[in-house]
Amino acid sequence: MVQFSEDKLKKVNEIIARYPEGKQKSALIPVLHLAQNEFGGWLSPETMDYVAGLLNILPVEVYEVATFYSMLNIKPVGKYVLEVCQTGPCMLNGSDEIIQYIEDKLGIKPGETTADGLFTLKPAECLGACGYAPMMQLGKFYREHLTKEKVDSLIEECKAGTAKVDS
Amino acid sequence: MADVPNFKVTIDNITVEVPAGTTILEAARKIGGDIAPPTMCYYSKLKGSGGKCRTCLVEVSKGSEKDPRPMPKLMASCRTTVMDGMEVKNITSDRVKDARAGVVEFLLINHPLDCPICDQAGECKLQDLGYDHGKAGTRYEFQRRTFPKHNLGDKIQLHMTRCILCYRCVMTAEQLTKKREHGVVDRGDHAQIASYLDQHLDNEFIGNIIDVCPVGALTDRTFRFKNRVWFLKPLNAHRDCPTCSGKVTIWNRGDEVFRVTARKDQWGEVEDWICNECRFEKKKTSDWVIEEVSPVSRHSVINQNKYFNLDKPKETIDEIIGKKPRLFLDIHNVSKVNEKNRDLSMIEGPANSKDFKNKQQ
Amino acid sequence: MKLLLDKAHIEGIRYYDVWKKNGGYQSVEKALKMAPEEIVEEVKKSGLRGRGGAGFPTGLKWSFIAKPEGVPRHLVCNADESEPGTFKDRYLMEFLPHLFIEGMIISSYALGSNTSYIYIRGEYAWIPDILEQAIAEAKAAGYLGKNILGSGFDLEIYVHRGAGAYICGEETALIESLEGKRGNPRIKPPFPAVQGAWMRPTVVNNVETIATVSPIIMIGGEEYGKIGVGKSTGTKLISACGNLNKPGVYEIPFDLSVEEFIFSDDWCGGIPKGKKLKACIPGGSSVPILPANLLLKTAKGDTRLMNYESLADGGFATGTALGSGGFIVLDEDQCVVKHTYTLARFYRHESCGQCSPCREGTGWMEKILLAIEKGKGKLSDIDLLWDIQRRIEGNTICPLGDAAAWPVAAAIRHFRDEFEWHILNPDEAQTHNYGIAHYADPLEIAV
Ligand SMILES: Cc1cc2nc3c(=O)[nH]c(=O)nc-3n(C[C@H](O)[C@H](O)[C@H](O)COP(=O)(O)O)c2cc1C
Ligand code: SF4
Ligand code: SF4
Ligand code: FES
Ligand code: FES
Repeated sequence: MVQFSEDKLKKVNEIIARYPEGKQKSALIPVLHLAQNEFGGWLSPETMDYVAGLLNILPVEVYEVATFYSMLNIKPVGKYVLEVCQTGPCMLNGSDEIIQYIEDKLGIKPGETTADGLFTLKPAECLGACGYAPMMQLGKFYREHLTKEKVDSLIEECKAGTAKVDS
Repeated sequence: MADVPNFKVTIDNITVEVPAGTTILEAARKIGGDIAPPTMCYYSKLKGSGGKCRTCLVEVSKGSEKDPRPMPKLMASCRTTVMDGMEVKNITSDRVKDARAGVVEFLLINHPLDCPICDQAGECKLQDLGYDHGKAGTRYEFQRRTFPKHNLGDKIQLHMTRCILCYRCVMTAEQLTKKREHGVVDRGDHAQIASYLDQHLDNEFIGNIIDVCPVGALTDRTFRFKNRVWFLKPLNAHRDCPTCSGKVTIWNRGDEVFRVTARKDQWGEVEDWICNECRFEKKKTSDWVIEEVSPVSRHSVINQNKYFNLDKPKETIDEIIGKKPRLFLDIHNVSKVNEKNRDLSMIEGPANSKDFKNKQQ
Repeated sequence: MKLLLDKAHIEGIRYYDVWKKNGGYQSVEKALKMAPEEIVEEVKKSGLRGRGGAGFPTGLKWSFIAKPEGVPRHLVCNADESEPGTFKDRYLMEFLPHLFIEGMIISSYALGSNTSYIYIRGEYAWIPDILEQAIAEAKAAGYLGKNILGSGFDLEIYVHRGAGAYICGEETALIESLEGKRGNPRIKPPFPAVQGAWMRPTVVNNVETIATVSPIIMIGGEEYGKIGVGKSTGTKLISACGNLNKPGVYEIPFDLSVEEFIFSDDWCGGIPKGKKLKACIPGGSSVPILPANLLLKTAKGDTRLMNYESLADGGFATGTALGSGGFIVLDEDQCVVKHTYTLARFYRHESCGQCSPCREGTGWMEKILLAIEKGKGKLSDIDLLWDIQRRIEGNTICPLGDAAAWPVAAAIRHFRDEFEWHILNPDEAQTHNYGIAHYADPLEIAV
């Protein structure tokens, strides 16, 4: 069952309190981030219903928002989502090759997840690290100045469960 | 409202006086005829509607008496209020005509060419718009957009490919029902109308979303004589309804009511919202007190049985843009760069670090 | 001269103690002794222009905020920073959070906002921690909270994370998103200064704009206004990327020449491997791309400088814009068609989908550009692209439509020959590159 812990519920209330009274809908995106983190990296219909209940808004309002923002996943994703930027400045510095390399290495196409459920490759648009290209987002952090070797060791770290994806 | 001043506004050289706060569009409708810009998203009965489709763009050639400067951009007339002394060009502006043709083209590139099988054929605002402002044929050569199927229940049919995202149905649900169950999901050119988890829409006024839809994206599943509205006679009728005004238009042939809709005004807008029971359940002529034949005014196509022509895309450039494309040069003749296997950085050309450093010394 | 990054090199400057020891929070102390109107006046005198891209005078914007009785007002900082090529606000927030928070406090005080928000793009997931720590430190030191420094002014600052949508950088989309909705820009009027977040008067400013308020208060608006060139006052952060030896964030004086910025070792250090400069997009992906010849000199033959006026010299026919300061450099090996395609894909991906020209037009342009890039284009496609962008520009609800149209227009305007070459030599274009052989005469095609 989808249910935040006491701790997280406190956090939710803290977030709601940041906005004017009666405007608890404003907490929606921050709370969806929390929920996505807590409940398996994606927002299942059940999770969205739960959040709607917490904020006292209509389920369709959650659904509309969850489908709008690229960071919110409404389908299950792998444990590690490799979000490689492919926009102009990164492309100039070889992001296409990095994406191709990951495709070949993991045997998946952009948008797909490996059979073991470990990796999803998700090409991204400019993440604000253009000067440190090519780059990807892995969990909470950016991995910049990517090379094939760096990708190799990142993937190894993920497999070993030692990659830093959260603080 | 006694102290609202009246503003004079001139649209296509015709001057009207309207209360301050009136939009250009409403002022133009007051003049009527072709002066009123076409609307695909604005709906006077829905709060906050308009601004999205951009078909109603007009040129404001004079801002107001006080500040006569023209507005640099074309303005959405449905969301721009008049100022005293404002001058507006609609059909007298070439810029407007060009922009509107552009908007029509944009709305059509992904629109299916299924008018002959569409329930809305004959009543479709996009069809009207296409005749009045569009060009024959299409310059769009890619596959048209498709969407996963969504089911809104047994009363209302959604054909998402036909939707132009005017948001009217969303606003209708928001403003007429207590609990909105459908909305716009996803983003950009994938944005679509859907209900959460394919919920069936079943509020007692939800049927009105069919009437506000300017195209055939939302249609009546209980309509028993599809595709051929122009064979049906629209009659104004009423009944004693406990839920709504009961004032409707019935579309019947002989004694059978094929469809019930709300009555529409000259701009194609619903006069009174009607309830689901009137719309979906009362399909016998005896359910209704018939008043008169409804006037079919703006629904020009109904009488004329016109369709979009289904031209094949034109291939050659001159035909489409009316002039030859310009070719600057055949690169192989002028550039060393394109000689195969040439080291590009050896070619004399614009600045590089070395030049810069040399200059510095 | 450095006004923003002067302390960036100091070890530990991210933390309150170090910041305070190095003259931190003096601007807040000074500002809270002034009347709010005086601060607005100082900012007006400084000539500060919004650093988010549009360059609107900040003091003037502040003076527009409505002050209805009994209705709270809000300052919302735009930290959405998603314009390709732009990563300067990230630098400020990561390395100089207290400078930014000082700016937030002073600006909030000037505007009468007791609750201010920082709307940060969701992908910058680790930065809220840095900001929240800085906020907590400032609060502990008495610079935030109730009755700050005995001035009677109360202020809370909250960080609000977005979730991945460039359009939320547009100020009304940002407000919608802050309200927990889809990032659909609002139709204006009403403007945020009258009805913004929760229908309350709201000012939205860029991170760099807000941070700059702190040095303005320290040195005085008039002094700040004397720095720079003409209406480009003060200094500007530039985030340089693409093919450069030393990409990164720089604080530049407005009299710096573009050539020096690219090639001098004090700045970007030139182009890797001695390659030649082909083209540059100097102000974030939305502004027109310029070929090297027009980038370094204006059409009149003047040296082009890194400021609002000089970069814009010649209008869109032969000039470009400073925009957000996202400086993207393309070397001779880069393909303008491909680069333009990635930008078109970006704008299609980021369109909110509300209005028809942008929703349909961005996707159409992307498809045509991809076809050309893949060797499946037709010569007529170039004119078609031109026609599409022309009919998007100016006809949409928000400027994203323009932002999508301009890069395509400029690429065709200046590199039409490259497009033609691509189309006429489809196979060769898959393996070879057009290089920098020839620039189309910009004046000839400018429409
Ligand atoms: C599509 C779009 C994206 C934008 N993105 C940003 C952004 O990421 N950061 C920003 O500060 N301004 C952005 N802007 C500009 C803002 O709308 C607004 O003008 C700016 O935040 C005002 O702050 P300033 O006056 O301090 O520059 C964007 C505008 C548009 C139309
Ligand atoms: S379904 Fe019809 S009413 Fe609803 S948004 Fe689409 S076109 Fe408009
Ligand atoms: S221009 Fe594009 S992003 Fe802006 S409102 Fe229209 S569809 Fe949305
Ligand atoms: S283009 Fe990749 S981070 Fe900006
Ligand atoms: S009717 Fe005005 S924009 Fe759609």
